Amino acid sequence: MRRRRVLITGLGPVTGFGIGIEPLWDAMIEGRSAIKRIERFNPCGFPCKVAAVLSEDELIIRKLVPKSDRKATKVMCRDTELAVAAAGAAVRDAGLITKAIDPQAAPTIAPDRMGCHIGAGLIAADVDELTAALWTSRAADGHFDLHHWGAAGMENLTPLWLLKYLPNMLACHVTIIHDCQGPSNTITCCEASSGLSIGESMRVIQRGAAEACLSGGAESKVNPMAFLRQHFAGRLATTRDDEDPAAVVRPFDPNARGSVIGEGGGIIVLEALDSAEARNADPYAELVGFASTQSQCPDATGLEAEPDGGGIADAIEIALARAGASPDEIDALAPFGSSIAAIDQAESAAIKRVFGSRAADIPMITTVPNAGNCNAGAGGVAVAVAAKAMKTQTLPARLNTTGADGLNADAAPSRSADLRRVLVFTTSQGGQNVALVLRSMD
Amino acid sequence: MIDQNNNPRVVITGMGWITPLGHDLQSVWSKLTAGASGIRSITSFDASTFPTSFAAQVCDYDFTTYLNDPSLHEHATVNTQFALGAARQAWDQAHLSDGNGLDLRRVGIYLGAGEGVLDFDAYAKVDLAGWDPQVGAVDARKWAQAAYEAMDSHDEIGQEPNMPISHIAREFGIRGPACNCLTACAASTQAIGEAVDMLHRGDADVMISGGTHTMIHVLGVTGFNRLTTLSTRTDDPPGASRPFSRTRDGFVMGEGAGVVVLETLDHALARGATPVAEIIGYGSSADAFRITDMHPQGRGPAAAIRQALRQAGIDPHATDSDGRPSIHYISAHGTGTMENDSIETLAIKSVFGDNAPRIPISSIKSMMGHLIAAAGVVELITCVLALEHQIVPPTINLHAPDPELDLDYVPNDARSLKLDVCLSNSFGFGGQNDTLIVKRYEA
Repeated sequence: MRRRRVLITGLGPVTGFGIGIEPLWDAMIEGRSAIKRIERFNPCGFPCKVAAVLSEDELIIRKLVPKSDRKATKVMCRDTELAVAAAGAAVRDAGLITKAIDPQAAPTIAPDRMGCHIGAGLIAADVDELTAALWTSRAADGHFDLHHWGAAGMENLTPLWLLKYLPNMLACHVTIIHDCQGPSNTITCCEASSGLSIGESMRVIQRGAAEACLSGGAESKVNPMAFLRQHFAGRLATTRDDEDPAAVVRPFDPNARGSVIGEGGGIIVLEALDSAEARNADPYAELVGFASTQSQCPDATGLEAEPDGGGIADAIEIALARAGASPDEIDALAPFGSSIAAIDQAESAAIKRVFGSRAADIPMITTVPNAGNCNAGAGGVAVAVAAKAMKTQTLPARLNTTGADGLNADAAPSRSADLRRVLVFTTSQGGQNVALVLRSMD
Repeated sequence: MIDQNNNPRVVITGMGWITPLGHDLQSVWSKLTAGASGIRSITSFDASTFPTSFAAQVCDYDFTTYLNDPSLHEHATVNTQFALGAARQAWDQAHLSDGNGLDLRRVGIYLGAGEGVLDFDAYAKVDLAGWDPQVGAVDARKWAQAAYEAMDSHDEIGQEPNMPISHIAREFGIRGPACNCLTACAASTQAIGEAVDMLHRGDADVMISGGTHTMIHVLGVTGFNRLTTLSTRTDDPPGASRPFSRTRDGFVMGEGAGVVVLETLDHALARGATPVAEIIGYGSSADAFRITDMHPQGRGPAAAIRQALRQAGIDPHATDSDGRPSIHYISAHGTGTMENDSIETLAIKSVFGDNAPRIPISSIKSMMGHLIAAAGVVELITCVLALEHQIVPPTINLHAPDPELDLDYVPNDARSLKLDVCLSNSFGFGGQNDTLIVKRYEA
């Protein structure tokens, strides 16, 4: 059956480099990293002390939303702020008119034909806000007094406190601000969330339930609780005070020693071909294949990667088949590339199974050394970079890696390249895998 | 076999649930049709001083009895435990382990599962240890030191919302498409709708779908109490959940899981499975209105219902040869908040017009509380059991009709009637609306 064609017509990454594709792309071309020592909280008590963080003055949420939505910014957590900033950047980049761009003008896409799918993480409540309230319910011995909390202490929390931290609030705020009344979903599968959201948007457009979707994900684990959980999950590098934070992440390097988180993500505009053509949009690429699979990891929580990368390879092969592309037609790979040794090895095994002898030749696009692992937003960053690379026919620079075994992943400057089809894939903490195939427009 | 939209027909071949009213299909169904309440004082923590101190809790549940190798799941948190039990029931009812030849790469999973439960005692201890009263903020260094001492790594990692799908996939060897969505109270309905779409496309032959959730823990109950969305009828927990009543004062929290096995009809018949019902319609919309309030005209819910009817090829204004409306029962979202029940009623009226008063509508939340992310799937399973038994469960505690709410809410007593097509609504906090339509299976 012939399905509707779906194009990427706008990019809205938000990373440690700033809001929008330009600051990210400049850094990718120049080979810069946003990974620095954490300043938002004192990281001394944690083995990893670095992250890629968007500075507070780069994202002032009140300035990024229409006047009518300013009150709502009070109930946005950091993850929601990132998603709202990303959605705004994507809509502008696509040249769409939504309620947020001009409330008086007719929207480019009818509101009930505009969907929204956003990947979100397990959002940690702001520790200062919650602890300030908990502090009021200490018993005489200093322990927490649940009776006092139930009777009085909890009133120190703002009534809407819970609503700040529900994962679906990213999409809720975005749909309200841009008046997207079509299907909207929130995908919560750790690092696979953005890719799965983009795949769901593709399905929704193809089944005719929307003409366009805002799609991707965003997350910030730059807070003590979420940061601790990443340590517990064994995903972060232990860093030394005397080393260069920008050199810590080394995907596929034999000495890869863990990842670094980034805050951010990316939202893109996915649009049906006929809608994009009717308004003379200037698309970045076409989304021609999507697949997801589940790995059979050694442990049921999926923390340990599947050693042979079988689930990742399956996802890639299915996505290629759906894209009508053979492995020989893939010009670049954008893997998770987390620098977590076991996951690097699983991805490497999957690449070698699918691409055989070509595995050593196909150039990689790696974003984690630059923007950190943006978790639920990671796929949004990777897709934005891949789409920009195709539009400009330019491979971004790669950082840090040396001696990648049988893969074209070592550090290299940016260069022009013939990029007709690019494969973006990832695997999550939990064992969900997702693969997307992008095709250039000409 | 294809439907009127040229899609492969999709049927349910297995169902299971773990609920506050019991842990298997038949015993829960008996309680639902008897109008029993599962709501009582909270026992999982001391909520005695909370404005709301009651909920519908899952009792006497041992998930290890459902597993081939319980040691594999020793770190499963409560919501994952619920999901594993529900999945085992559904898997077994569908006879997916019988015979051989099931291609596990063609078996997928799409749940609408909530986050796991935070270890509040450890969390409060760590937060207080980290607090610097002079600065009025947490000292992250002190906090981290306390956290490494007091917190359990598995409990923390287990809170990720994708843990239920990871555990279920591992238990049953599932390798196909995998996803978890979390759109608050609409999540499991949305998961099922999207899983059906994946079967329509041929992305899988079988999809395990549904949801699981509990928010009956200190911060969950705190959060809903602060939102003032919960009933505070502490003197009468079993009478507290009063959907569609004039005296309704909020919802009652529940917990549990529901799982369905969805399958293309061709695949089900080829392996000799018994379809129990067919999913014929799904609609999904966003209110895009406010974080805290539903659109006053019920715009989003009405849009979701209309989409589902359109996909099912059902005219809401038609009647059949028996004079029945084209939908024979609506399993309402029916939370028992002032706002939801009014707006849901408005949406049903706006879609069904003159037919609306003739469609029996009920809310099982009156009996088992609100299972949040898992609410939609247990209500869909209720629709399937209603089709099977030709009985609709009642809305209990409905003794004071609201003059503004003038539809047939099946007050207090179950009702026998001829049923072929049921519709189930789920609306999530923040404005996601999802509707499914399920039909009695006919070859």
